[in-house]
Amino acid sequence: MKKTRLYIPHEKAGAKFVEFFGWEMPIEYSGIIQEHMAVRQHAGLFDVSHMGEIVISGNQALDFVQFLTPNNAARLDKNKAQYSALTTPQGTFVDDLLVYCLDENVYLLVVNAANTEKDFQWVLSHKQGFDVELQNQSDNYTQMALQGPEAPKILQPLTEIELKDMTSFGVEKGTVSGVEAIVSRTGYTGEDGFEIYTLSPNPERIWEAILEEGRAYGLLPIGLGARDTLRLEATLMLYGNDIDESTTVLEAGLQWLIKFKKGDFLGREALLKQKEDGIQKKIVGFELIGRGIARPHYPIFLDDKKVAEVRSGSFSPFLQKSIGLTYLPIEFTEIGTEISIEIRGKQVEAQVVPTPFYKKVVEQ
Amino acid sequence: MYPDNFYYTKDHEWVKIDGDKARVGITEFAQKQLGDVVYVELPQSGAQLEFHQSMGVIESVKAVSDIFSPISGEVIEINEELNDSPELVNEDPHDKGWIAEIKVKDKTELEKLMSASEYEKFLEGLEE
Repeated sequence: MKKTRLYIPHEKAGAKFVEFFGWEMPIEYSGIIQEHMAVRQHAGLFDVSHMGEIVISGNQALDFVQFLTPNNAARLDKNKAQYSALTTPQGTFVDDLLVYCLDENVYLLVVNAANTEKDFQWVLSHKQGFDVELQNQSDNYTQMALQGPEAPKILQPLTEIELKDMTSFGVEKGTVSGVEAIVSRTGYTGEDGFEIYTLSPNPERIWEAILEEGRAYGLLPIGLGARDTLRLEATLMLYGNDIDESTTVLEAGLQWLIKFKKGDFLGREALLKQKEDGIQKKIVGFELIGRGIARPHYPIFLDDKKVAEVRSGSFSPFLQKSIGLTYLPIEFTEIGTEISIEIRGKQVEAQVVPTPFYKKVVEQ
Repeated sequence: MYPDNFYYTKDHEWVKIDGDKARVGITEFAQKQLGDVVYVELPQSGAQLEFHQSMGVIESVKAVSDIFSPISGEVIEINEELNDSPELVNEDPHDKGWIAEIKVKDKTELEKLMSASEYEKFLEGLEE
C-alpha cells in the first residue's frame, strides 16, 4: 500500500488509517463529527496527496485540454484554476477534476485517486494528432487542503502570497513556510480555504507549520471521513458515488461547466442533443424524515416501485439529519416529492430537498 | 477499564448480571472502533432472543454494525435514552450507554462468555 510523505506526522497525531484505492490514508484523528465541525466553525488541515496529478505540456497543450474537457480552458491563466471533467463521447464522466494552467503550454489535471491510472490511459489514448507530452506526476506531488473560515488568517503568516488578493479559484506560486508550493483558493468542503501543492521532499514542514499556526484558531487535522461528510453537505460530487460513466454532465446538474460555444470536445454532440431533447433523470438531494441513515445502494421507492438507489448517503453532522443524493426520473424531482428508502427491509419516509444541503454564510 | 463483574463476548459486547436479568451493551473497545455513534436501532421490548441473534443495529457516521444478543431470553427493557442521545454509547459505553435488559433463560450460557481479564487478553491478541 502507498503512503503519503505525511504518513509519519499522521501517525504521531493518532490517526486511524484506512485503505483508499491503494493508499493508506487517515480516516479520522479525533472523531469525524468533531473534525467536521472544526472545519465549519474554525479550520481543518487535510492530507489529500492521494489525488492524481497529470501534466500535459507542449505546443498544443491547450487544444488537447479543450478537446478532453467541457469547460473552457482558454479562460485559464497562471492565476486561475477551474472545475471540469473528462467526458466520454456519450457526455458521461471518465472523471471530474480541477484544471490548472501552470505556465504557457503547461496544464495540470488534478484527478481522483480512484481514477488516476484510468484517466492517464484515457488521456494517452486520445493524444494522437496533438503535439503534447504527458506525465503522471501523482507520486511526486504532495497535496494538502486548509479549509474553514479561519484558513486565510492561519495561512497568511506562513506565505508571502497576498491571500486577500486571491479570488475563488485563484492560483499563486510562492512559498509556504519556506517550501516552494502552488496555492489555490479551492477546496472540497463548502468553506473558504486553500489547496497547496508541492514537489518538495519535505512537505511535512508545511504540514507542521500550519498545524502549529492553526492551534490558536481551533484548527484540527481532518481525515477522509469528515472530508466525505463535508463535501456531501456542500453537494460536491464524489466520483463513483454521484457521478460515473453512466451519468451525464447534464444529469449531474453540472450544466454550468459545459461551454458549448468553445468548439468541439469529447461528448459535445451527445450533450448538445441531450440538452435539446431534455434529460430523463436528474440528480436530487433528499433527507430522511423517518429514523435511520440512508447509505449508498439502499433501494429508493416511489409509490411502491423501485426507481433508484442511494448514491451518496450519510449522517450530516451539521444538520443532524440523514441526507443523500440520488437520480430520479425527471417528473419526480420537484422539491418536496415524497420517496421512501428501504433500510434493512423497512420502508423509511424521505423527501426531495433543495441542494446544497449546506451553504456557508458569506460575511459582508 | 473493563469492569470485573461483567461478562464479555468476542463481538465486543458486555453482560452485567443482576438476579435473572442481564443488562447488555457494547464495550469501550467497540465504541472506539465504531467512532461517533449517530443512531441506535434498539430491539423490541418483549422480543425473544436466541444466543448470538441480531437484536439491533448501531450506526456511526461511517459504519453500520449489528448488535448480537450475548445471551438467550426475553427483552424486558430497552435504553430509550439512546433514541435522542446515541452519543451515550461513545461517552459511557459500560454504563449510561447500555442497550437492553434481557430476562435470562439459561444461566449456563454465561460459561461461553469471557471474564474481564480474558477479554483484555483477547483484545491484546487483536492488536498484534
